[in-house]
Amino acid sequence: MIDQTFDLVIIGAGPAGMAGALEAAKHKLSVLVLDEQPEEGGQIFRSISTTERLRPEIFALLGNNYQSGRKLLFSFQRSGVKYFSGASVWLVEADKSVSFLQNGIAHQVKANRLLIATGAQERPVPIPGWTLPGVMGAAAADVLLKSSGAVPSGRVVIAGSGPLMWLAASRFAETEVSILAVLETVNFSNYLQALPYLPQALLASEYLKKGFRIKMQLRKAGIPVLSGVHNLRAEGAKGLEKLYFTHRGNSKSLELDTLLLHEGVVPNTKLTQQLGCDHDWHELQSYWYPLLDQWGNTSVKGVAVAGDCGIVAGALTSEASGHLAALESTFQLGKISQKQRDAAAHPFRKEINHHKAVRPFLEHLYRPNPKILVPQDDSTLVCRCEEVTAGFVRQAVKFGALDLNRVKAYTRCGMGQCQGRMCELTAAEIIAEAQGKSPREVGYFRCRPPLKPITLGQLAGLEKKIKAS
Amino acid sequence: MVQLLKVLNNSIQKGLMLKRLQKSQDKVVTFWFEKNPVQAQEGESVAAALLIAGVKYLRYAQVSAKPRMPYCWMGVCYECLLEIDGEQNQQSCLITVKDGMHVRRQLPAIEKI
Repeated sequence: MIDQTFDLVIIGAGPAGMAGALEAAKHKLSVLVLDEQPEEGGQIFRSISTTERLRPEIFALLGNNYQSGRKLLFSFQRSGVKYFSGASVWLVEADKSVSFLQNGIAHQVKANRLLIATGAQERPVPIPGWTLPGVMGAAAADVLLKSSGAVPSGRVVIAGSGPLMWLAASRFAETEVSILAVLETVNFSNYLQALPYLPQALLASEYLKKGFRIKMQLRKAGIPVLSGVHNLRAEGAKGLEKLYFTHRGNSKSLELDTLLLHEGVVPNTKLTQQLGCDHDWHELQSYWYPLLDQWGNTSVKGVAVAGDCGIVAGALTSEASGHLAALESTFQLGKISQKQRDAAAHPFRKEINHHKAVRPFLEHLYRPNPKILVPQDDSTLVCRCEEVTAGFVRQAVKFGALDLNRVKAYTRCGMGQCQGRMCELTAAEIIAEAQGKSPREVGYFRCRPPLKPITLGQLAGLEKKIKAS
Repeated sequence: MVQLLKVLNNSIQKGLMLKRLQKSQDKVVTFWFEKNPVQAQEGESVAAALLIAGVKYLRYAQVSAKPRMPYCWMGVCYECLLEIDGEQNQQSCLITVKDGMHVRRQLPAIEKI
């Protein structure tokens, strides 16, 4: 597949990508959807068709939030849109050519318009001991339940903050997972800062009701919830054995088998950063996001973004933003008039505005704890791949590496297989704190290709195909 | 509905990292890990199937060679890298088990030198 050109290439088959594909197909655009997961759904609807087919009990357990994805999935599957699963994109260029790897073979296609819908990833939570087997993300554990029907088998502690942590806790509370405790790391001051946004949040009261229901459910299940927890530290010889923390000034510890950490989710910005799109730093939620206009257009012509890889706003907003971006593409490619675009966009804008009401409240309430974002203990690993500690990053700053890319060159932080996905934000926070700056001023890693590992043989195969064509 | 959910193995087996939450199905997939046969259920990821089967870690850290386990379960952290059917560096949390698959751990960088 070389130099085949599509009107619209969409990267990501979650709610935003699938909705965008449907909208574009409705207006007769030629569409290709690429996604690295084995099947459609993104993370929110991860493995939805397999779960329904092979794991009906888990499908029932996952509830309406998950099952509602079926409608979008069926429409997508019936739309006839060309879709490749297991396709990881390792290079996107400003001429809108997209290179990807599927089944060990490299391909390249061209797009007239590009829609990036790669969603969000769970924010890495760098506490001492977070690399021990037995420690993983709370949203990750939820994804594991969806993708493989598996849950942690021993004693579990859930620690952190954010809506997805509570959702995971409530799901596990309904099963035979043995939850020892939920430890909330939210600073008390967050509640005060979030309070002024509560009246506005009541406009999307379903979110607040859900949160309340979950907390009631945990209380009913007798699961202890400790608030104001600090100084989390995991220890163990070969795997996780003990968790230390302070609660209301008292040092405590728990013996456990699995620790689920969560401090919110952050946009996947690798592709937009590689394309050179303009980004800004989200002060409240501490992440980079691409600057977008009301149609999802980035600063690079012909490249749009939809869903949580723009600003994290949840599945329903993502779906609506996928429609908007596809309508804009349809208009830009001359298939509909501006008037038609605007009229068709109306219901999706209404939907987005509704869900937007709750965001300022959530963003203030679940503002990640700065003491977790910046590991206090110098021995804490920041870069899991190259095993670079917080202390080493601080030392590099002292030696004059004042921005993220300089620190990368000094320390190898961000040079491993994950290509900085796990360490970028933490390293940025440390470098910024050491200089009394905002992470906005220390930048982000230069995103060189390949974004996903590819062998020289696979690369050479692509070269051969380009020459042959 | 909650009552319906019976864990395959009710008693918490000490040392097992993960357990299945779904009643057992008919379709069993058998694959190889190192030199041992592992039984999994259709539709599970390689990483999940191994941890359910009692494997304690999937890879060694590059520098310290300490054991590691998947952190993100969605293709971001690369802590699930395994050699699958002769191909190195496969993200085993994104790959579904197949009959007869050959799966191996990779040596840490320090051992390769």
